[in-house]
Amino acid sequence: MNGLHLLPGIIIAPFAAALIMLFVPATARNLIRGLALAAATVSLTLATFAMFLYDNGTKGLQFVESVGWLKSYGISLDLGVDGLSLPLVLLTSIIFFAGVFVSWKLENRPKEFFVYTLLLVGGVFGVFMSTDLLVLFMFIEVAVIPKYVLISVWGSTRKEYAAMKYTLYLLAGSALAFVGLFAIYAYVQNPQLGLGYGTFSLAELQKVNFDPEFQKWAFLALLVGFGVLVPIFPLHRWTPDGHSAAPTTISMLLAGVIMKLGGYAIIRVGLGYFPEGAAYWAPLIAVLATINVIYIAFVALVQKDMKFVVANSSISHMGFVLLGIASMNAVSVSGAAAQMFAHGIMAALFFALVGQVYDKAHTRMIADFGGLAKYMPRTSAAFLVVGLASLGLPGLFNFVPEFTVFLGGMQRFPILTVISIFSVVVTAIYVLWVYQRVFFGPANPRWEGLSDMKGVEIVPVVLLGGILLVLGIMPGGFMNMVSGGIAPIVQRLAAVGTGGIF
Amino acid sequence: MDFSTLNLEIGAAVLGILLLAASLLLPAKKKGGTAVLAAIGFGALLVMSFAAPGGPGPFFKGQYVNDGTALLFKQIFILGAFLVTLMAFRFSKRFEDMRGEFFILMAFSLVGMMGMAGATDFLTLYIALELMSLPLVVLTAFEKKAERSTEAGVKYVLLSAMSSAILLFGLSFLYGAAGSFSYQDVAAVLTGSGIKGFAVFGGIFVLAGLSFKIAAVPFHMWSPDIYEGAPAPVTAFLAVASKAAGFAALARIFPLVLAPMGPGVSVLVVLLASMSMVVGNLSAIPQTNIKRLLAYSSIAHAGYMLLGVFVATKAGTAAVVYYLLLYLVANVGAFTAVTAWSDISGSDEISSFKGMWKRSPFLGAVFIVSLLSLAGIPPAAGFIGKFFLLVEVAKQGSLWLVALAMAMSVVSLYYYVSVIKALVADAPEGDDSSVTISPLLKVVLLASAVATVLLGVLPGPVMDFIKAAIG
Repeated sequence: MNGLHLLPGIIIAPFAAALIMLFVPATARNLIRGLALAAATVSLTLATFAMFLYDNGTKGLQFVESVGWLKSYGISLDLGVDGLSLPLVLLTSIIFFAGVFVSWKLENRPKEFFVYTLLLVGGVFGVFMSTDLLVLFMFIEVAVIPKYVLISVWGSTRKEYAAMKYTLYLLAGSALAFVGLFAIYAYVQNPQLGLGYGTFSLAELQKVNFDPEFQKWAFLALLVGFGVLVPIFPLHRWTPDGHSAAPTTISMLLAGVIMKLGGYAIIRVGLGYFPEGAAYWAPLIAVLATINVIYIAFVALVQKDMKFVVANSSISHMGFVLLGIASMNAVSVSGAAAQMFAHGIMAALFFALVGQVYDKAHTRMIADFGGLAKYMPRTSAAFLVVGLASLGLPGLFNFVPEFTVFLGGMQRFPILTVISIFSVVVTAIYVLWVYQRVFFGPANPRWEGLSDMKGVEIVPVVLLGGILLVLGIMPGGFMNMVSGGIAPIVQRLAAVGTGGIF
Repeated sequence: MDFSTLNLEIGAAVLGILLLAASLLLPAKKKGGTAVLAAIGFGALLVMSFAAPGGPGPFFKGQYVNDGTALLFKQIFILGAFLVTLMAFRFSKRFEDMRGEFFILMAFSLVGMMGMAGATDFLTLYIALELMSLPLVVLTAFEKKAERSTEAGVKYVLLSAMSSAILLFGLSFLYGAAGSFSYQDVAAVLTGSGIKGFAVFGGIFVLAGLSFKIAAVPFHMWSPDIYEGAPAPVTAFLAVASKAAGFAALARIFPLVLAPMGPGVSVLVVLLASMSMVVGNLSAIPQTNIKRLLAYSSIAHAGYMLLGVFVATKAGTAAVVYYLLLYLVANVGAFTAVTAWSDISGSDEISSFKGMWKRSPFLGAVFIVSLLSLAGIPPAAGFIGKFFLLVEVAKQGSLWLVALAMAMSVVSLYYYVSVIKALVADAPEGDDSSVTISPLLKVVLLASAVATVLLGVLPGPVMDFIKAAIG
């Protein structure tokens, strides 16, 4: 399988397209869109291909590629995926592909828009594929500036404020995580404690037995640092502003993929290398996760702007990922990993639909709408599907990971899990309430003649909605892959047992 | 005595004299020839620094060396002088018949910088330092008719004299303790049973005098005013080469002489570094003038690099050299963009940079790459440079310093991103026609951007070269 070089292809496609696009005249819009679509198609095809070629029986990394980089510092540009990261790579390529169609008709400076989007996507691919901690971190940072520019140029609603807030929050988080990485590096390099040579390779780090006290603080640094990305309460304040201000495609990427970088890093590095530190902080994470899930669901309930509802709903749903991580058993962690994929698809579809309405009506205020189903029946139907997915209806994929997280969570934090389960009710209220006020009720004549979705607009909706449906009916293969991927991590967790801060 | 030790110094001095002769002989209308000669000369010196760097020394009874570390620093100075010459090529036209002197002064200042890197004796160091500073003072005041330039020159000469006085005061104590100016002899006093306290007292003043040259807080007050007032290429030369020279001296003196004086002196260096990072970055935020902003940013960068000096290891010095190199290319890119743009807009205010991306995507892109490198965002080189520095600090166990440096680099992102926003997101005010840049500036800009990205994406070969040279 290694002869295929699938992973480099996936990551090079967006970067190469961005580079070529720089030399395309800004007026050649078709060429620009075509290039973006070509890159998205290559990435999506290769990622799907990798998904089918992935061998569930083999543990550890597959499709491994190694390019030496900074040998004297033990840093290497290594790529590889397992059952935890491959679904996220696929998720990124799906949302990327859908996002190109969402921005197909963009009028304002499309060349720059796609260049920055491609750089952002390339960076995200890099994070999920790197098997070297420093390279992984570098790719997180690569995505910072594209996000800033994309929000502040093409955004809406206080875009400059939101862009700067977003950037500074995330950078402050990653600075803290970076300090954690330095601590790890120094620890590993110490001949008494660690290996005696510096390395950031994920495989090499496994050989180190980190001291429990060190684990405690290193895990905390990573938890807070990457937790900003998830986001974990009370570090979530950037999310509603940032996600609402961003242009639709970027909202899809931010909510669909960027939030997952945090969860992925906490599982991969936090749980993977500092199980005892994780056990110490787990009760705290569980409490914060419950606040995420319940409190932010209530916050979503009172929003007046549709996009803010969806943005807050994302934070609420990411709480399940945190709850799954905190519960630290095989069931809950695989639920958390699958929830990242499921929520990614769902959030992207949600933002795509809100974006469609906004593009046509130029408002997102719920109070301005009413009876839209009459004019936009397809959008309305799609909104119902994603809304039901959001509240965890069986038959749509989101039910599966949420249920898995609950199952796992019950074993460890029964009370908090029961409280979290009630969020499903709150979610149902805000989703259905928004749906009712926007799409039903007396038709507002102001929206007479609003066109339904058609042409390229349908592509992302069908793609994302289809995945929710198909995986909802047949989740088996996917869930096996995820639980196979996290098996090595969970093995180490089982040895630690429970305990903790409270 | 192996005179080849002085190959590069002699080369630079000869270049200065050649320029002097050319400047005298060329008719007023053809003074541009001096710029060509300077560019060729600095280029040749750069080649020579690799092809025929000369013997390692020691030279003249151990007063001077040309070891790997010194040579690396010299290469950085020459590269800086070369790039600044290209940058000043068109800019220097405004000096009319003074055009030749501009490059002559640069050449002699370069000799002084090399002396600072090679000196192993405090008296030699002092002479080299003055040889570097005095031409820089004249260069700062080179725009005779501009009030700000003259003011900057006066400020620079006064404050420079004060810092020299502090340095000399410290040297007198070191001489009193050791009876010699040689670094080795002073170091021997510290490890021996001599009057140690006397030397420590002097050492602190030496540290203060050198901190002035690298513009570390609290000895930074001069730099924003002078950076703002000086002609842009001179500002670049000051920010890049003169700061590098200060670090060249510190990198040799600190491990050998200052660190053995006791943990207190290391604490002082850590204080200088922390204050530079904090004050430099926080003061940069409210700036509205791009040159002042870059001045405060360069104060902050002095703080980061002082961390590499503080660890006092060869790996630390290697990290400092790498950081200086990327700092040089990034600053040359930024100042060239500023020079090119102020030629068009006639202003150094950040608000005048609005819409640069739209009017000249190339200029905008290079400026952004340079700013990203200074901010430490990959794939630009600043990220890996900070990694090299902070890894050495982390190995010493000073994680709080790493945390402080990272926190301050988040703060720095705020003002760098504000500039990037003006470039990219804001629409041009008034004139929005596209602009053309002279081909030579384009070459400098392209070279700096490519070098910045390469240093960030492929740091291995360069770092290995530096480590091999330092030994």
